[in-house]
Amino acid sequence: MTLHSAGENALILYLGDETSAEVSARVQAAATAIESALGAELVDLVPSYASLLIIYDAFLTDHLHVRAKVHKALANLETTESGAEASTVVLPVYYAPESGEDLEALADRAKLSVDDVIQIHSQMEYRVYAIGFAPGFAYLGEVDPRIAAPRLTTPRTKVPRGAVAIADRQTAVYPAVSPGGWNLIGRCPIRMFNPQSNPTMPVSVGDRVRFEPIDRQRFFDLGGELS
Amino acid sequence: MSFRVVQTGILSLLQDSGRMGQHRIGLTNGGPLDPVAFNWCNRLLQNTAGTTAIEVSFGGLQLEAQVDTFICVTGALMPLRINKVKKDLWRVHAVKAGDIVALDFAEEGSRSYLGVADGFQIEPSFGSTSTVMREKIGGLNGEPLQVNDSLPCASVTQRRELYLKREHQPHYQDMVTVRVIPGYQEAHISRVQQRLFFSQAYTVSQNCDRMGYRLEGPPISCDIEGILSEGICYGAIQIPADGQPIVLLNDRQTIGGYPKIGSALSLDAAHLAQLKPGGTVHFAPISHHGAHNALHLAASFYNRLPISELN
Repeated sequence: MTLHSAGENALILYLGDETSAEVSARVQAAATAIESALGAELVDLVPSYASLLIIYDAFLTDHLHVRAKVHKALANLETTESGAEASTVVLPVYYAPESGEDLEALADRAKLSVDDVIQIHSQMEYRVYAIGFAPGFAYLGEVDPRIAAPRLTTPRTKVPRGAVAIADRQTAVYPAVSPGGWNLIGRCPIRMFNPQSNPTMPVSVGDRVRFEPIDRQRFFDLGGELS
Repeated sequence: MSFRVVQTGILSLLQDSGRMGQHRIGLTNGGPLDPVAFNWCNRLLQNTAGTTAIEVSFGGLQLEAQVDTFICVTGALMPLRINKVKKDLWRVHAVKAGDIVALDFAEEGSRSYLGVADGFQIEPSFGSTSTVMREKIGGLNGEPLQVNDSLPCASVTQRRELYLKREHQPHYQDMVTVRVIPGYQEAHISRVQQRLFFSQAYTVSQNCDRMGYRLEGPPISCDIEGILSEGICYGAIQIPADGQPIVLLNDRQTIGGYPKIGSALSLDAAHLAQLKPGGTVHFAPISHHGAHNALHLAASFYNRLPISELN
């Protein structure tokens, strides 16, 4: 575990150097402990794969005090991987060439059938490692190496909302129309970011996600759109 | 009661002090690129700190007052006219319904703040009215100002006509020294490369916006090309594979996978954001402690600077 300066009111805590459920669980536990240790001095926390960015109020405290509090909070940190606080969210996905433009190419590349790709993608339970890039964009991992695929060499200028995609060993659901270079394999009718709903997002960092294949009709019944 | 947008200018955005504490759902901060000028705008208007104003980038904004109130413009040197009569910046002015308030193009600096007594009355999203175009959040429908937008505000009959003396007003030059708190992946950048970074001049490229300022100059090499994506704080300086530094600002993405040498001091990043493409940037290292000190000194200076009042 190391703690580095990040900015004038920010420190970054590294809890490992690889993507793993164990490191991610440590990040989660550290976030909870630091949140309660810093209280009102804390402005924001950004948990990610193996790190935690700690942003504090530089007019209430300074980096030396924050460092001391972080070390103290982590000294008796217990990582419980019971997953008691983490919820499992099931996201329906309509996997098809018409909803996932790269599905067939990805299957060809992996020397698998389209059905195999769907089965491999949907049988895994993923973990939400980080949220960022865009509002509501949750990085899920890890994808089975058989269906891992590099980013497109030329990113699309417009990926539709709800697109389910793979990049390397990560998968995600695009929360809004945006540019993107991930391989599109299907479409999820559930909104990943809705400012009008509470909570705004169906998942948070540390949650588990499973994808459930649905057919075209069910996709439309759940409010999905193909455009 | 409102102001009507007659002409939008190049980019005019409603901003308050920024959206804090929402990184965990992927929302960035937004907020004024030059908080010093923004804060002065509200302070001169005797508004609560952080009240919603308009950030005008490069100029060209025209508004029609549909209310009697007071306005103030601070920041970049953008000639201000009320009904075609030239008026001082950094000073509160009374306006009447029907008046046309116009900002010309910036002669010095590039961001100014047009505030109104008691602020523009905008519904906050996620605790802030700051407009972030990339996220389509804040302001009016997450968009920059459009012609005929109506910007609601109160009718105000009394305000002291405060101003900031010329000798106390910031000046925006074409060269800025940005103090940098070394951090993040600095250990992956050799001493020689760091020496280079802190001794050479960089130029602001065409690629500069509210997300970040991409600079051009001697490339800096780093031992690593990418890292596991991690949280990016305000001012963080990325060193991508081409070695050209990018200073990340208010509308940056909240996480990313490029190595970073450290972060710019906010006081200097505010000046950086006043530069246009072609402007010159020098970097100077500052300790975390030194940065903390500089912030507190600046706050104390701001609080003690005398404000003047017309008669």
